[in-house]
Amino acid sequence: MTTVAERPAQHLGFGRMHRKEDARFIRGKGTYVDDVRLPGMLHGAILRSPYAHARIVSIDTSAAQAHPKVKAVITGETLAGLNLAWMPTLSHDVQAVLATDKVRFQGQEVAFVVAEDRYAARDALELIEVEYEPLPAVVDARRALDPDAPVIRDDLEGKTDNHIFDWEAGDRARTDEVFASAEVVVAQDMLYPRVHPAPLETCGAVADFDKVTGKLTVWTTTQAPHAHRTVYALVAGLPEHKIRIISPDIGGGFGGKVGIYPGYVLAVVGSIVTGKPVKWVEDRSENLMSTAFARDYHMHGEIAATRDGKILAVRVKVLADHGAFNGTAQPSKYPAGFFHIFTGSYDLQAAHCQVTGVYTNKAPGGVAYACSFRVTEAVYLIERMVDLLAAELGMDPAELRMRNLLRPEQFPYTTPTGWEYDSGDYPRALRLAMDIAGYERLRAEQARPRDDGLLTGIGISFFTEGVGAGPRRHMDILGLGMADGAELRVHPTGKAVLRISVQTQGQGHETTFAQIVAHELGIPAEDVEVVHGDTDQTPFGLGTYGSRSTPVSGAATAMVARKVRERAKIVAAAALEVAPDDLEWEHGRWQVAGDPDRGKTIAELALLAHSNLELPEGVEGHLDATCVYNPPNLTYPFGAYICVVEVDPGTGVVKVRRFIAVDDCGVRINPMIVEGQIHGGLADGVGMALMQVMAFDQDGNHLGASFMDYLLPTALECPSWELGETVTPSPHHPIGAKGVGESATVGSPAAVVNAVIDALRPYGVRHVDMPLTPANVWSAIHGRPLRTDLAIP
Amino acid sequence: MTMRITVTVNGVEQTREVEPRLLLTHFLRDELGLTGTHWGCDTSNCGTCVVWLEGTPVKSCTVLAVQADGRSVRTVEGLETDAGLDPVQQGFVECHGLQCGFCTPGMLMTARWLLDHNPDPSEQEIREAISGQLCRCTGYENIVRAIRWAAEHPAGSVTAESAEPAAEQPTVPAQATPADAAVEEVRA
Repeated sequence: MTTVAERPAQHLGFGRMHRKEDARFIRGKGTYVDDVRLPGMLHGAILRSPYAHARIVSIDTSAAQAHPKVKAVITGETLAGLNLAWMPTLSHDVQAVLATDKVRFQGQEVAFVVAEDRYAARDALELIEVEYEPLPAVVDARRALDPDAPVIRDDLEGKTDNHIFDWEAGDRARTDEVFASAEVVVAQDMLYPRVHPAPLETCGAVADFDKVTGKLTVWTTTQAPHAHRTVYALVAGLPEHKIRIISPDIGGGFGGKVGIYPGYVLAVVGSIVTGKPVKWVEDRSENLMSTAFARDYHMHGEIAATRDGKILAVRVKVLADHGAFNGTAQPSKYPAGFFHIFTGSYDLQAAHCQVTGVYTNKAPGGVAYACSFRVTEAVYLIERMVDLLAAELGMDPAELRMRNLLRPEQFPYTTPTGWEYDSGDYPRALRLAMDIAGYERLRAEQARPRDDGLLTGIGISFFTEGVGAGPRRHMDILGLGMADGAELRVHPTGKAVLRISVQTQGQGHETTFAQIVAHELGIPAEDVEVVHGDTDQTPFGLGTYGSRSTPVSGAATAMVARKVRERAKIVAAAALEVAPDDLEWEHGRWQVAGDPDRGKTIAELALLAHSNLELPEGVEGHLDATCVYNPPNLTYPFGAYICVVEVDPGTGVVKVRRFIAVDDCGVRINPMIVEGQIHGGLADGVGMALMQVMAFDQDGNHLGASFMDYLLPTALECPSWELGETVTPSPHHPIGAKGVGESATVGSPAAVVNAVIDALRPYGVRHVDMPLTPANVWSAIHGRPLRTDLAIP
Repeated sequence: MTMRITVTVNGVEQTREVEPRLLLTHFLRDELGLTGTHWGCDTSNCGTCVVWLEGTPVKSCTVLAVQADGRSVRTVEGLETDAGLDPVQQGFVECHGLQCGFCTPGMLMTARWLLDHNPDPSEQEIREAISGQLCRCTGYENIVRAIRWAAEHPAGSVTAESAEPAAEQPTVPAQATPADAAVEEVRA
């Protein structure tokens, strides 16, 4: 037992601090959605389409209804009667909650059974008879706009093709001009294949509608509880003050738990229909087949440069596979998200991109995997193009990058496509990564032939991200601006409670945000309770994704703590009988300037604020404040990554030997947590580069619908990560911090691919699409590159 | 049809009437309320459901509850004793071996088994031991370190060497041994 006298060092600000949330998790005492059990709770299960594209002829639920444990069977027809068969997506489209006319991807929701237990619900699914009339499926995005392609979205009035949008950014004429006169132009087609974030906890919800009070409570796997509440109010017509969304402990999100899935809505409908709480938790195949995917960008990139290695311009055409519904859960006004940040970290004269979105018979989504709204695709494109250019010029890829990186004095820097980079020292980060790697030594080693016949490859990527969505002029969700609130209350004894709008899925908010308060108020982080993930207990805000928690809510936390500090100053002035202007904030307390013995800590002032101390006219007592933070700009973290691989040319097997990651995310609040976030993202990068892909056969059958087929990296595929850091504070963030959660996922795949292509140089291989599986690498070595996204003969 | 089974879970005999098809993970979670054991994939790939059956780690999503009849099961809830946390639990806190916490119980159970059979495992041996389990947050680095920490601290004591360097914590009050408050708190 720890006594007060033995109390260990307390954490009064930034620095390494073990996580407050760990105590429950290491004991198995977390509360995830599937751990929620309510009295009388029923269980739901979803019948899904076996076809990628088929007309529904009939649905017979009579046998399922007759099952003794079944309480309700809901079909699209039931929902149509409630005007709930379709729901709006976050990209101005609609998505079927349950199919009424056609199914449009394999795994689409067709019927919902509510039963006494989860096994009975599954049994009853087998009793539902659905007659389908199969239709030809659009599987290959490159064929989606063919004149004879089947029209997927005939539910949309007047729709005669599979086209969703055309969108462009940058200056086309200027870019073409630069290209026309450039000494060197390199072009490459590349696919960033469809992947899935696959958090270990699948999606689920427990919905409890109280008929007496009219209150709907939903425990659900959401990264954005407040956004969900508003959407439920808008979609279902329920009054918003009667909706409570609780996002309890979440077993990983990575962007896959941002949007609203049909299963959530069905759990709510099931509870309203049965009058009982209804739990729905999807299984792994359902998770992989139906919840949001990411990427699926077919890109044609071109880069223009001078012969001596000055990069002049980049242009790219993208064919974006959005699946059967345009359900991209991203908040920007741009249909390709932040893709037009593809000029990367370089000083260019011009750039232009054109993106065409198409429907295919696949699940909807697009940005659900730590991509910072398509920055991943952008970084992959530019970093592959820079490597291709280096090969064309016969230059070392590090030297080519060093020659073209933005220089520190160019910040703030406006890119040719309009992004306003806030701060950076890029050459320093790349130099540090090269020093940690021993880059020159590695190149020398690589040049020497090996006895074992393996090939060594060294790959670099340099990334700039824009995170912290976001400024109102560019971003909103269904018209809701992306400002986040914070509320801070200091109790009389100096202990505090901070309420925030964002929600942790493992990022450690309960610790990091307490540290921000500690830093601002000089009270121990241990004394700050962080409340989050419950719309009834927290201020409004749009949630955690796109690395926005620290840039937006972290800023709100710092600002609200400063408000409290200013309130405390007035109390201190009254208590010390001096004017407020005579006080200075030093060492975590207000003290009299020139008389440091006279001062009060926040804890002392909290008690005084609640006491009968006479305060100046118009000053209320107590010590609390609220604040809403409107981010003036995104924050722009960056980093330099170097990957070292070994490739066995006989088998095509790739082994990642080393991975060096230098990240600059501005001021680090808790370096331990930051490093953990980077480790996780690096593993994602290795996984995507080497293993993960969601491929389909010609009928639209999903070929990655379990963890036996969709391969994720284990401890054996991952090296021991080597990290370095530089710190370039964000000039517009109150504590100089930038987001970091998605940096490594965004930045690392290109480094791995560049390393493998570097190793394959003796074979004349220019490019291989991810994932670089043994089969794909071996085929490339033998001059027979495979398409990685399709299994079509 | 149901069957009557008796399973000794974390040292306590539990008797229930269950369907023969009931998975052990659902028996633990839904029948006994031991929700520390998770379910993640159905195909024995992810390992969030790892528990011990008769002293050996198994994936409880691929074991029927009736197969555990008359046998012993140990779950994450059985790691902590009156003497305190298991060193592997402390190691995960010390080394930030968890983020979302979903894989953690399964990882802890495998880690404890590994150290019982190999008290001084190499990094490679640790990676192989946990290679049947997935973590989507940590990139495994700190899980490996956490298990090494537990190997090096078999008594689980929090020592000065394991504590974070004081220099990295601004304005640390002048107090005795720098130890970690989170661990102290969970041990208390």
